[in-house]
Amino acid sequence: MSSPLLAVSELTKRYRRGGQTIAAVDGISFHIEPAETLALAGPSGSGKSTIARLLLRLIEPDAGHIEFEGGDFLSLNGAALRARRARLQMVFQDPLAAFNPRATVARVLGDPLRVHGIASRRERPRRIAALLERVGLSADLATRAIHEISGGQRQRIAIARAIATKPSLVVLDEAVSALDVSVRGQILQLLLDLQREERIAYLFISHDLGVISAIAHRIAILDAGRIAESGDARAVIDAPQSAIGKALVAATPKLTRTSMHDAS
Amino acid sequence: MNPLRRFLGTPEAVAGAIILIALFAMALTAPLIFPGDPQAIAGPALLPPFQDWLLPLGTDRLGRDVTAELFHGARTSLAVGLAAAAAALVIGAVVGTLAGFAGGLVDEVLMRVTDAFQTVPSFLLALAFVSIVGPSLGVVVAAIALGAWTGPARVARAEVLSIRERDFVASARVIGMHPLEIAFREVLPNALPPVLALSSVIVAAAILTEAALSFLGLGDPNRVTWGGMIAEGRAVLRTAPFLSIVPGIALVLTVLGVYLAGEGVVETTAVRRSLS
Repeated sequence: MSSPLLAVSELTKRYRRGGQTIAAVDGISFHIEPAETLALAGPSGSGKSTIARLLLRLIEPDAGHIEFEGGDFLSLNGAALRARRARLQMVFQDPLAAFNPRATVARVLGDPLRVHGIASRRERPRRIAALLERVGLSADLATRAIHEISGGQRQRIAIARAIATKPSLVVLDEAVSALDVSVRGQILQLLLDLQREERIAYLFISHDLGVISAIAHRIAILDAGRIAESGDARAVIDAPQSAIGKALVAATPKLTRTSMHDAS
Repeated sequence: MNPLRRFLGTPEAVAGAIILIALFAMALTAPLIFPGDPQAIAGPALLPPFQDWLLPLGTDRLGRDVTAELFHGARTSLAVGLAAAAAALVIGAVVGTLAGFAGGLVDEVLMRVTDAFQTVPSFLLALAFVSIVGPSLGVVVAAIALGAWTGPARVARAEVLSIRERDFVASARVIGMHPLEIAFREVLPNALPPVLALSSVIVAAAILTEAALSFLGLGDPNRVTWGGMIAEGRAVLRTAPFLSIVPGIALVLTVLGVYLAGEGVVETTAVRRSLS
């Protein structure tokens, strides 16, 4: 193994607010190997989503480097960047806000295929049907409007769209947080299956340690724009060393009735 | 409740719709009911209305049939009003979307151009444009659109500014879509409803501007226009006021109809959106 799939070093993003400069992301470094899941955990405002947006080049960093698939990702621009985006995809938190309210399922899934020239107009319906089946949905759903389908189905569509271009890394920004608990497990299982079969790496952003322990190999806990601690997901969750790590573990609800009664 | 039924449940919207339907019927049937040149002499000059049932609204100074002129004038008014409003909405939506979506220097330049057009009174602009290029239907449409696109441009820009921060625009960028495609295929259609809400006001204003241009003799000379008829009647205002009053009433009713029906459509769709 030479270089990792994604290597982020000293990434910094500052915002100016009323003459004061606040570092939302403050010199963060991490790396992700192929087919690996790295979880970013942390309380609200710790910079999780900012990191996601920086990685996807939705906002530009003030300092730092992002190396993706062996190339400098931050130096890409225009058409070269758009072409490279096929390999680095994202699933958003709110599955309703992440789609054009006027779109149909077929259009949502057809767009990446068309933009990257993956499938011709004629073979697109077949590819869309295959994608829908890949994420466990019926191919009949293609003609439906996005607002007509359920939240769980919508998030499956978002995942289907993300894997349409055969990416090597998918950033999941609170991808299961807005979902029903019963649906959440199914989506996590789908993500695990996709990772095993297509060797996709995930950057899994969440505040929910329960979900993270189910899916992540490694974890980095963020606090105020810095990494407070990182390491093997199980080890960190079982025995957190940092104060913020302990607080996050303590905040995770336990499924024992007695402790609930004790608290009240 | 379905929007059509809600629309029909609003009396002023129904009144507006009836006026508009009558107007469209007039415009569409004009060449059938009054074939031939409406500017041809049809009878004695200055025949008052309701005297001769073949010439129900009388004749003008040259003996032309006022009813025929009124019907053919409806064609011009509607054609110019709708075409100018459509042109203004298209230009405004495109300029507003580009400015709002691109931001930075593009936004600055486009909005200063919009400011420049907005500070010149639109009627003066139309007047100057027609006097330089020469009166014809296309030029009149362009002249009116030139003064009317700034409103839609501002509304579209404001709407685009809020839509471009939404997640679905970010996800279109993540997919690798070209920025122009994002602007016009993802953002613009979602920014349209408030822009289209302006259309009734713009159509009504365009019809009035066309009439005013014709009144000043800057309309297309080969077509009958209501504004031209009012101007014609002005010379004999004391002896035959009906020559100005009849097309004047038609003009008022048209503007009122467009406005009421347009407001009705906006109202019913707005309620529907807030409910969903």
